Amino acid sequence: MDVLSQLQRQLADFLAPLYREGFVDDQFTQLQKLQDESSPDFVMEVVSLFFEDCEKLVNNMAKALEQQIVDFKQVDSHVHQLKGSSSSIGAARIKNVCIAFKTFCEAQNREGCLRCLQQVNHEYTQLKANLQTLFTLERQIVAAGGSVPAMQ
Amino acid sequence: MESCNCIEPQWPAEELLMKYQYISDFFIALAYFSIPLELIYFVKKSAVFPYRWVLVQFGAFIVLCGATHLINLWTFSMHSRTVAVVMTTAKVLTAAVSCATALMLVHIIPDLLSVKTRELFLKNKAAELDREMGLIRTQEETGRHVRMLTHEIRSTLDRHTILKTTLVELGRTLALEECTLWMPTRTGLELQLSYTLRQPNPVEYTVPIQLPVINQVFSSNRAMKISPNSPVARLRPLSGKYMPGEVVAVRVPLLHLSNFQINDWPELSTRRYALMVLMLPSDSARQWHVHELELVEVVADQVAVALSHAAILEESMRARDLLMEQNVALDHARREAETAIRARNDFLAVMNHEMRTPMHAVIALSSLLQETELTPEQRLMVETILRSSNLLATLINDVLDLSRLEDGSLRLDLGSFNLHAVFKEVLNLIKPIASVKKLPVTLNLAPDLPEYAIGDEKRLMQTILNVVGNAVKFSKEGSISITAFVAKSESLRDSRAPDFFPVPSDNHFYLRVQIKDAGQGINPPDIPKLFTKFAHAQTLATKNSSGSGLGLAICKRFVNLMEGHIWIESEGLGKGCMAIFIVKLGIPENTSESKNPFLPKANHGQTTFPGLKVLVLDDNGVSRMVTKELLVHLGCDVTTASSRDECLHVVSQDHKVVCMDAGMPDGFEAAVRLHEKFTKRHERPLIVALTGNTDKVTKENCMRVGMDGVILKPVSVDKMRSVLSELLEHRVLFEAM
Repeated sequence: MDVLSQLQRQLADFLAPLYREGFVDDQFTQLQKLQDESSPDFVMEVVSLFFEDCEKLVNNMAKALEQQIVDFKQVDSHVHQLKGSSSSIGAARIKNVCIAFKTFCEAQNREGCLRCLQQVNHEYTQLKANLQTLFTLERQIVAAGGSVPAMQ
Repeated sequence: MESCNCIEPQWPAEELLMKYQYISDFFIALAYFSIPLELIYFVKKSAVFPYRWVLVQFGAFIVLCGATHLINLWTFSMHSRTVAVVMTTAKVLTAAVSCATALMLVHIIPDLLSVKTRELFLKNKAAELDREMGLIRTQEETGRHVRMLTHEIRSTLDRHTILKTTLVELGRTLALEECTLWMPTRTGLELQLSYTLRQPNPVEYTVPIQLPVINQVFSSNRAMKISPNSPVARLRPLSGKYMPGEVVAVRVPLLHLSNFQINDWPELSTRRYALMVLMLPSDSARQWHVHELELVEVVADQVAVALSHAAILEESMRARDLLMEQNVALDHARREAETAIRARNDFLAVMNHEMRTPMHAVIALSSLLQETELTPEQRLMVETILRSSNLLATLINDVLDLSRLEDGSLRLDLGSFNLHAVFKEVLNLIKPIASVKKLPVTLNLAPDLPEYAIGDEKRLMQTILNVVGNAVKFSKEGSISITAFVAKSESLRDSRAPDFFPVPSDNHFYLRVQIKDAGQGINPPDIPKLFTKFAHAQTLATKNSSGSGLGLAICKRFVNLMEGHIWIESEGLGKGCMAIFIVKLGIPENTSESKNPFLPKANHGQTTFPGLKVLVLDDNGVSRMVTKELLVHLGCDVTTASSRDECLHVVSQDHKVVCMDAGMPDGFEAAVRLHEKFTKRHERPLIVALTGNTDKVTKENCMRVGMDGVILKPVSVDKMRSVLSELLEHRVLFEAM
């Protein structure tokens, strides 16, 4: 049990700054609430799906922005998708970047869009790293016989 | 006739004389015999002759005289005794008849004479009657003229025509040389020649009103003769050689509307008169007759009446025109105001979105910037940017809120909430700031204050927070106390709130909140200004007053919407102040389970919805998955679709609810198609839109395409649970935006 409680404490310590620094928000908590015996890997599934989506969208946006004549409408719709996805899983920072990204798209500001895209990438990479660590910790806890505590 | 008795030879001595006598007698006899014949003849001819007996007598007398003279013829020569006897008889008879006639004539002649006088008398009478007839006829004529004149005058309401007609008709009736009308000027000191009969264009000619002759005419209502040499009568040099015609003047009263008071008749002293002057033709030796003067007087009166009618009509026409003008102007102004309001609303609707978007971007990016590596100066700058932009965002929201409040489009979102929790939340929010300023804040909730109430929780909290915030902001020392209790009817009617008429009822109560502070205080005369927009009370510490100036105005609007009243009392600068407001809240029927105060109403919550068939429509894979899991967690049987066509393909009557993402490009169209597919209401699944947009436009669009509900993302489990139960119970849910 010591290991378990240690692990759990580790998890809690890891999660707290994630919330504090805005990597995830309340929505993420909600997702964790949804995870139960009937869908034990729900969060991981959703997160994986999100990352897939995100990569695809980022690639598309990068391609669109490289064109000579940028189709901002296209870029905008991608950003919209990304914003929707990120808010669904509670990726607060990505969502915020998307908001700014949208503004640049509407202003048809290529430089701004490119900057935002870079930032999206940056955030995405960070979040992916963080969440993967989280999942690892959770797996360890489950392996140790415990259940993943829902974070308030 | 002497008969000589001597028998003498007559012939040769006086033969000539005898011859003449002889002839004379013969003719006399002839005449005497013919006269009665003539008499008889003519009397027979005439019908009236009363004295036949006299005639007979007279005839007899004459016949006998004639006989006498005839018999005298025989007495010139030798005549027998028979002739003498006849002669004597004749003479005797003649004497008898003549005496009788003489006696008779004494009786008759006075009679005959009186016949003559009677005849004379009758002739005179006839002449007189003739004259009178003529007079009556003339009067009748003039009477007819007056009637016609009056008719002419009264048949028009135009004052010009009235006056002109009067002069023309008078001129014609009375055969005048000239007829003029003098009207008083505005000043009332002069009479001006206004209308003439013969002169085509009256020259501007005035006479002072105080002339004796004019005074004389004005003092009586009769037509008076005036001298032809008076200034009103001498218009042009004398045209005739001899005498100018006689002149008559009469006054014409001018009646004004103001002359007619309800209870008394117009005073004579305030009357104004016009003067009508009539001149007979010169050299005509005509005189003014009484009946003509009467005619003139009657006409003058009629003219006065007609003129007053015309004046009244003019007044009413003018008033009506004025009213019409004003109407048009008012209508125009109203339309302009409406246009202005519409323009403002359009502007606000646009600005709502336009202003919020950049603000979001600024705030989002500044907060992101804050997270990066910054030097202390940069951090300070970024914090300032964040603070300012937050303030700006609040201000924008306030302004937009206020304008929505103003045009009455804001409605309270009533719901059941925990009243105690609201106060505690306010306390929690304000405590950090107050403790920094070292101001203790105390909260006193009356024991009879209900725990739950029905009202607009968000706005009530906004109001309390604003007022408490002001108390904290404007206090440098002292403590702040918040008291809340249920207001009883005596305390409801406050002399400081004279327009407030609270009506207590069974399912409502009045919450009274008092916030007292010992801060700067307010000058009592400035208190009313506090609740007006953008008006600051300029206090000494103006650099501390960073209020936007809108807060209290918005609070007042909210309180008014809650059928309440808010006011502030202060004894003066430096003496602190107390803000008090009373609002009407509903009493919930059943005090149901306590819930997190910021969730929407859900008095009876179904915890799970086993077997509820729900269709999730979202083109974003992640969102779709999350929503699906939410619903699965609540026990629903979830089907998903990622496009409109797929949705329409998959949907069936079994699906009770369709959750769709409002941000989808053809989300609305899907809703429309769903309506088309399921025409009967009970067959159709309830359509709920999930959206991240907070504005009214999205909500309106959703309502327009026939959505049954709109939910604001992010959706938590509890939220989804309460939404579903609400939806299934009432079949409609429109969450506050």
